[in-house]
Amino acid sequence: MSWITARRRHPAATYALVGLVLVLIGLGYTVITNGNAATAASPTSANPAQIAEGRNLFVENCATCHGLYAEGRAGQAPSLIGVGAAAVDFQVSTGRMPAASDSAENIRKPDKFTPAETHALAAYIESIGGGPPIPSAAAVNPAAGTYGLGQQLFVADCAACHNFVGAGGDLTYGKFAPPLTASTPTQIYEAMLTGPEAMPVFNDLTITPQQKRDIITYVTQVRSQPNPGGFSLGRIGPVTEGLVAFLGLLLFLVLAALWITAKHGKAHE
Amino acid sequence: MSIDRALGGTGTWLDDRLHGARGVRVLLRKIFPDHWSFLLGEIILYSFVILLLTGTFLTLWFQPSMTDVIYHGSYTPLNGVRMSEAYASTLHISFDVRGGLLIRQIHHWAADLFMAGIMAHMIRVFFTGAYRKPREINWLIGIILFTLGLLEGLFGYSLPDDLLSGAGLRILEGVIQSLPIVGTYLAFFLFGGPFPGNQIIPRLYILHVLLIPGVILALITVHLFLMFHQKHTQMPGKGRTNENVVGAPMYPYFMAKTGAFFFFVFAACALAATFAQINPIWLYGPFNPVAMSAGSQPDFYMGALEGALRIMPAWQWAPWGHTFAFNVFIPALVPLGLIFGGAAAWPFIEQWITGDRREHHINDRPRNAPTRTAIGIGVITFYGILWAEGANDIIADHFDIPLYWTTWAARVGIFVGPVIAYIITKRICLGLQRKDNHLVEHGVETGNIRQLPGGEFVEETRPVSDERLAVLTSRVEHPPLPPGETAETDVPAPGMRGGLGRVRERLYKVVTESTPIPSSHGNGHGNGHGNGHAVEAGDGHEHAALGSGTGPDSGADDEGPQH
Amino acid sequence: MSDTNSPGSDQGPGDTAWQEYLTGGGQAGGATAASGEPEGPAAPRRVIGTPSPAASHRMLPPQDDGGTQPPPRELPAGPEDPARAKKAELVVAACFILAGLAGLGFLVAYGIIGVGSIVAVQHSNLALGGTLSIAMLLLGAGATIWVRHLMPDVELTEMRHPMHSTEQEKAAFKETFEEGAETSQFVSRPIVRRSLIAATIPLAVAPIFLLRDMGPLPGTSLDTTVWRKGLRLLVYGTGDPITPAEFSSPGSIISVGPEGYLDDDDAMAKAAVIIIKFRPGEVDYTSQPHPVGGKVVANWSVDNIVAYSKICTHVGCPAALYEQTTHHILCPCHQSTFVATQGAQVIFGPATRPLPQLPIGVDSSGYLIATGPFHEPVGPSFWERS
Repeated sequence: MSWITARRRHPAATYALVGLVLVLIGLGYTVITNGNAATAASPTSANPAQIAEGRNLFVENCATCHGLYAEGRAGQAPSLIGVGAAAVDFQVSTGRMPAASDSAENIRKPDKFTPAETHALAAYIESIGGGPPIPSAAAVNPAAGTYGLGQQLFVADCAACHNFVGAGGDLTYGKFAPPLTASTPTQIYEAMLTGPEAMPVFNDLTITPQQKRDIITYVTQVRSQPNPGGFSLGRIGPVTEGLVAFLGLLLFLVLAALWITAKHGKAHE
Repeated sequence: MSIDRALGGTGTWLDDRLHGARGVRVLLRKIFPDHWSFLLGEIILYSFVILLLTGTFLTLWFQPSMTDVIYHGSYTPLNGVRMSEAYASTLHISFDVRGGLLIRQIHHWAADLFMAGIMAHMIRVFFTGAYRKPREINWLIGIILFTLGLLEGLFGYSLPDDLLSGAGLRILEGVIQSLPIVGTYLAFFLFGGPFPGNQIIPRLYILHVLLIPGVILALITVHLFLMFHQKHTQMPGKGRTNENVVGAPMYPYFMAKTGAFFFFVFAACALAATFAQINPIWLYGPFNPVAMSAGSQPDFYMGALEGALRIMPAWQWAPWGHTFAFNVFIPALVPLGLIFGGAAAWPFIEQWITGDRREHHINDRPRNAPTRTAIGIGVITFYGILWAEGANDIIADHFDIPLYWTTWAARVGIFVGPVIAYIITKRICLGLQRKDNHLVEHGVETGNIRQLPGGEFVEETRPVSDERLAVLTSRVEHPPLPPGETAETDVPAPGMRGGLGRVRERLYKVVTESTPIPSSHGNGHGNGHGNGHAVEAGDGHEHAALGSGTGPDSGADDEGPQH
Repeated sequence: MSDTNSPGSDQGPGDTAWQEYLTGGGQAGGATAASGEPEGPAAPRRVIGTPSPAASHRMLPPQDDGGTQPPPRELPAGPEDPARAKKAELVVAACFILAGLAGLGFLVAYGIIGVGSIVAVQHSNLALGGTLSIAMLLLGAGATIWVRHLMPDVELTEMRHPMHSTEQEKAAFKETFEEGAETSQFVSRPIVRRSLIAATIPLAVAPIFLLRDMGPLPGTSLDTTVWRKGLRLLVYGTGDPITPAEFSSPGSIISVGPEGYLDDDDAMAKAAVIIIKFRPGEVDYTSQPHPVGGKVVANWSVDNIVAYSKICTHVGCPAALYEQTTHHILCPCHQSTFVATQGAQVIFGPATRPLPQLPIGVDSSGYLIATGPFHEPVGPSFWERS
């Protein structure tokens, strides 16, 4: 009999089995959903073939809400004339578009299109109305910014919605500022540039490209910074710390007190 | 070194100077009653010791100065950034001093534990009625310690001058500024001018490391001395009366237990400091008055004040060139003022209502004081809703609730919630009392069914054990009030006259509402139930068949103990 | 504190009433020492029920008053079950030995693991904290097992004494106090008494006076900021001035401050300003030259760019959360919500006043400047604010 079979009746056997299954499920889910991570590809200069492909994709996937010529539908979807390739690249690469439902805010989800298709769509929209182009890789290079300057700008202009380190925050009427943990440098740049949904616009003359790089450096570095003090508890501040103090520490000490003062051997009835 | 030699040598030397043998012997034999909830106060005491030790360590490096410096240190991301010396020295402690971050985190976790312990301890004392005579002074001291702890924590986490705590100081300044007549003066005196100035951190520092801990230390000493002198209360039980203390002696039992608990408290703080990051000021960044973060909250013990500020509607009155900023000073002063003021007055209010001026050394079981317990739960509900509202943006974000709904829910909840909580708690207490009475009168079900000669099936019961019976019958009847104006006397007793006397009578009925105290000699003998019990010698005692009437047999009812 | 524990020693005839009141009659177990269960008051002796497992369960005798013989033994010498106690002893010893090793580990970790970078601090914290936690936990566990399994179970009783003093004690106190008062003549010589009180009043008040220089009087400083006509608006964090042509994307917002004051925290705490760019037709303008409720002063804006104070009028947090689609400025502290297209009037939350609007224009170089100071105090309300 193998050693696992011999221990099949061990008191901890059930727990171990359930734990193993949960871990497998979690791993499987991660593998499946991570397959679609959008990579920041450098945009190629638009050519007629790309624009045509973009037009086809647009008609198939976007026109039902945005209108056949991207003119928009009142109460349903805004006009895309003039939003620029950057806005399209942002919305599509983060999976927000095509929108899944008519909720208060579109959420990041696995993107439906490949990077090439996304760029084609972006090229098409750029061609019919202009607008901010997709930033180049050099423009969004996180190594080209200064953390300290980025931190100052971020806490003055961004943290009120997104929290000190970009952990996200709440807005009114069901909207929210999402956490920035999964945003690529390109997406961060594009979001500042185009002001998606409720987010304000920070064009390149207000926050210059170098200042945007500073902010990108800050966001990308701080989110991957190790937590020297232990688990981060979400990096949202004293709320989770208080929960740990009450539900963790106090409970632990109550249990310790129960142990210390327990009477043994006494028959209860 | 044997005990004889130790006592002979050092012991004699001390005794020659201090006359200690008799007094110290009393201390060694002192009996301490044993219940887990009596250790909650020790959480606070030992957290305070840990705070003193770790805090002293921190003062060796902390610079309480708001002078601007450009940072160059081990936390390289912030190199070149302008910040105050206070912030820079905190970064230094965290990243350049071995054990610095650990000690900083132990200090902050111990502070959170200190406040959590105070809440738990206060709740225990309230629900067991341990604040009653002769312990009212200790209760008042405890409330003062609670308030001082709040301030001490607030000032402590503001010292590093980071963005989060600086926002808290801004709010503090705005609140002080809003006070009528004196507000602007107090704010300018505290901050040494307009916000932020450069005085507030050094001033908070001396309050935090010297003045307030000194007062806390003195008050804790008085608190403990009173507890020693009056002897601790004890839980009801067999052999425990109002004139004795049953337990184990200080030496060696209580010393060992409290020592063990000290290690557990330290272990809790150390575990938290190892595995749970707290107050990561390097992520918040240095304070600047233009910046703000979503999800900014004070430490949890200030949460109720924060919630009060969020909940308040926009009320102000600005007559004749002045402004009453109700929207600010009402939430700052009223909710906690009511709770602390009410708590301070409660022992005396309860004494006045019940007329009970006896000494109480046996704790009440919460179910045996239904109105007090219900009021306590109501207050906790009120406080808890304010506390939750303090984190309403995080709750709204996490649970996908629209933001304004949380505020409206809390605005309604603080009025409706306590009332509902009161009603439900009171009913639960009375129900538990009925259960206890049932056990006393009918005994415990054994699960053994036997058939009587007449064909009925009955379940055997056996009497409750001595120890449990002592607990179940521990409720002491309240002495009745002297007759008031409703009685047929010419002159009502003093304290029962007029409108106030009628109020007092009414309140007395509410406060002392309980099920009738069961006759303890029932206990399974089935006295007087009129159900024709069969009592067979040698088989224990049996109870009536189950179906024989639910009227007079249904435990305690309101007709009185004999039925 | 070295008083007797027994109720019998200091009582006079008047005190038995207290005892009876409390106990409902019958004497509590007084100085009767030694074995057997302590008597409950007026309760019949029980014959059923399990006796306490405590090996020693007795009443403590009262203090002996300097007797010649040592008192009899009160605590059992050792545990009831020596075999189990032996096992417990090993467990306790193991706990303490491991705790000692953990403590040693702490010292070694301190010596070996340095700090000076984020990762190094992470390792150091884990090592130092981990060893410390283990040491404390084991010390606590060892001590607990020692008490619970090595020390024999004991339940002892000692008597309380009533908190109030006896009538004789109180009478004696009164006597002494009155004697002293009489001898001091504090009561009988009112001039001495009153002049003493008069002498101490100024000195008692003096400490409050000494605090006067803690801060300047507020005066009118809360009414004004450093903004005045001609000061350029500089973008916070970069220090660059800005033109309407640059700040031209509708839906933009940025934090700005007055030129020359960006590094002055005291000034910026009131002078921080946000400028927002709107689309044509979004803003509710008034042509009046001063603020009108719910409207934006047209003269004070440039090209649909409006400037508001960033300092929330509730308790002073910088209110920078802006929703482009709803035009709401939301202060994250307590959720006061201001409508930017309608003069920043409050639609939710505890703030009572709208964010003051800063009059702006352009200078000769085209940069945005303030064309005057704020027309009302910024920030939280205060008593003297009309």
